[in-house]
Amino acid sequence: MAVNYIYPDCEVVRNYDRCISCRACERQCANEVHSYIEEENKVVSNDAECVDCHRCVSICPTRALKIVPTDHNFKANASWSKTNIYEVYKQAESGGVLLSSMGNPNAFPIYWDKILLNASQVTNPSIDPLREPMETRVYLGAKNQEVKRDADGRVIPEMTPQLKLSMPVMFSAMSYGSISYNAHESLARASQELGIFYNTGEGGLHEDFYQYGANTIVQVASGRFGVHRGYLDAAAAVEIKMGQGAKPGIGGHLPGAKIGEDVSRTRMIPVGSDAISPAPHHDIYSIEDLRQLVFSLKEATAYTKPVIVKIAAVHNVAAIASGIARSGADIISIDGFRGGTGAAPTRIRDNVGIPIEMALAAVDTRLREEGIRDRVSVLAAGSIRNSADVVKAIALGADAVYIGTAALLALGCHLCRTCNVGKCNWGIATQVPELVRRLNPDVGYKRLVNLMTAWNHEIEEMMGGMGINSIESLKGNRLMLRGVGLNEKELSILGIKHAGE
Amino acid sequence: MKRVYVNEKWCLGCHLCEYYCAFAATGKDDMARALKGVKINPRIHIEEDTAEKISFAVSCRHCTEPYCVKGCITGALSKTDGVISVDKDKCIGCYTCVLSCPYGCVQPTEDGIVQKCELCVATTEGTPRCVAGCPNSAIVFEERL
Repeated sequence: MAVNYIYPDCEVVRNYDRCISCRACERQCANEVHSYIEEENKVVSNDAECVDCHRCVSICPTRALKIVPTDHNFKANASWSKTNIYEVYKQAESGGVLLSSMGNPNAFPIYWDKILLNASQVTNPSIDPLREPMETRVYLGAKNQEVKRDADGRVIPEMTPQLKLSMPVMFSAMSYGSISYNAHESLARASQELGIFYNTGEGGLHEDFYQYGANTIVQVASGRFGVHRGYLDAAAAVEIKMGQGAKPGIGGHLPGAKIGEDVSRTRMIPVGSDAISPAPHHDIYSIEDLRQLVFSLKEATAYTKPVIVKIAAVHNVAAIASGIARSGADIISIDGFRGGTGAAPTRIRDNVGIPIEMALAAVDTRLREEGIRDRVSVLAAGSIRNSADVVKAIALGADAVYIGTAALLALGCHLCRTCNVGKCNWGIATQVPELVRRLNPDVGYKRLVNLMTAWNHEIEEMMGGMGINSIESLKGNRLMLRGVGLNEKELSILGIKHAGE
Repeated sequence: MKRVYVNEKWCLGCHLCEYYCAFAATGKDDMARALKGVKINPRIHIEEDTAEKISFAVSCRHCTEPYCVKGCITGALSKTDGVISVDKDKCIGCYTCVLSCPYGCVQPTEDGIVQKCELCVATTEGTPRCVAGCPNSAIVFEERL
C-alpha cells in the first residue's frame, strides 16, 4: 500500500564497531529482520519486521545489537495514545478483530505489589531454614469431612484422592499446539524431577509423554480435544477448563497451520483443520450440569483422581466457586485477568475479568463463611511472577499456585507477545520444526528446575522470617499481610489490614 | 578422555561455533576487536543441507588410530594424552594429513602449514570455546565409552 500508517514499534540498533558480520542474527531471525550485504561484508536490519523478541540480541557473540522503542511518536494526547491510534489504523485496514498474546499488559493495579509480608522481631522467634526443618509440601484435594470408623471402632484410614506437591507451585495449562513439543517435554521432565505437576492444556497428551503421567494434570476443555480413556488413565488429576483468565467467556482457536501430523494425532482432529474450542461447554449450563461432568470423569477414573475445575476470575467468582465446591470438584483453579494466552482477542484480554488477588480473597472468604473451604483446594493463577507473589497468594487463601508466563520466561520467552503468529524464535510458541529445535529440553528442563528450586528457597526464607515452619500454617493466614496505598474497600475485600494497623 | 561430540538434533546451523573457535585461536580477550573485519578460518565447520534442513558441526575426532598422525612425514602431528596437535615448527605444508583425514578436519592455514582442533588446551577455561558458546548445547564436551 502506498500509504503506510504504521511506523515500527522498535528499532534495531547495531554497533558496527562490534559487529563481526558472523550473520548469527540473520540465521536466527524467523522474521527475516537481518540481511547480509555481501559486497560490503555488512549485516543490516529491517525494523519493520522486528517483533522485539531479543533472540538476535541474546545470541550475538559480541553484544553488537540492542532493540530500543522508537522515539517516533504522535503529538502528545492523553486520550489518544499511540496504541489506540494504531489499533484504529490496523482495523481500518483489516476489518478484523485484533489479536494479542500473553497476559494483559495494561497499567491496572497489581495488588501483589501493594501487599507486604510480616516478619518476627523480639517477641517471637524467626526460623533459619538452613538450620531447621521447613515444610513446603502441599496436598491438594478435598479433605475428609469426618472420621469414619468400622464396626469395631477402628478408624478407616481411606483418604479422598490427593495430589502431593513438593512445593506449592505447578506449571499451568498450556496445550501442545499452542506451545511446542520441546516446551512440553521440558515442563514434564521438570515436574517429574521437582515432584510437582504440569498441565497438558486442552490439546491432549502426546504419546511420548505418557511416561510422565504421574506428574501430569490432563485437561478436559470445551473442544474435548485428545480426550480418551488412556488420556484420563495416564494422568494424576483431571482438570475441567471452564474459562481462562486471559479470555473469560471466549473459546479458543488454534489455526490449521499449527495442526501438523503430531498435533493432529494428539488432538484427534484432521491435519490442517482449525481446532476450535467453543466458548461454553455445550453440555454445561448450570452447576448441576457441571456436577455431571465432574462425576462422569470421577466415574471414568474410578474415584482415584482429583477433579479440578478451572474458571476465569470474573465478577461473581465467589458464588461460582461456591457452586463448584458443591458440584463435587476436589480443586478449584482461579485464573486472574492477567493470565497469559497463545492468542486472544485484544479487547477481551485487556478488558475482561478481575484481578486474581481480589478473586482469590473473595473465594477463600466465601468458602470459609459457608463452611466448605475444606471440601476443595484452591489454586490461584494468572500473574504469579515470583516467590513473594506465591507467599502472598497462599496467605490470601490459596493452597498452591499455577505459573505459566514465569515458566515460559525460564525457557527463554522474552514476552514479545506475538505467540499468535507462530514464528516464536525461542522454539516455544511454534510448530515449525527448525524453530522448535531451538529449545533443547535438556537445557530447558534444568532451567525450570533451577527456577523452582530458587523459589522454594525463597519461600522458606520468607516463611522462616515470619516464624512459620510449615506452608500449611501460612495458608489463609492474612494476618501476615498488610496493605500499602489501598483504600478501605480494597482492604476489606482482600481481608487484610493496612500497614501500621 | 573427554571429547567434543555434536548432536545434529539440536544444531541450529547458527555457525557461532566457528566464530568462537576462530576467537579462541586469536588469544585475544575481546571478540569484537579480535574478529572485526577478519575472514575466519575456524577448526570447526558446520556441515549443512538447507534442503534437508539438517546441520551439524564437525571438528577433529582425535581418532584412536589417527591417519593424519600416521601419514605425517615430518612428525609435526603427534598425539599426547589423547589430543592430536600440530607442531608448527615441524610442519612443512605437504598436506598429506589434509588429504588423509576422513572428516576433513585438518585445514591449511594462510602461513602454508596446517591447523586443527586441539580442544582449546591452550585456553584456560577447560571447556572448548565451541562447546561453551553453542546456544543450544548441540556441541558437548564429555567422556563417552
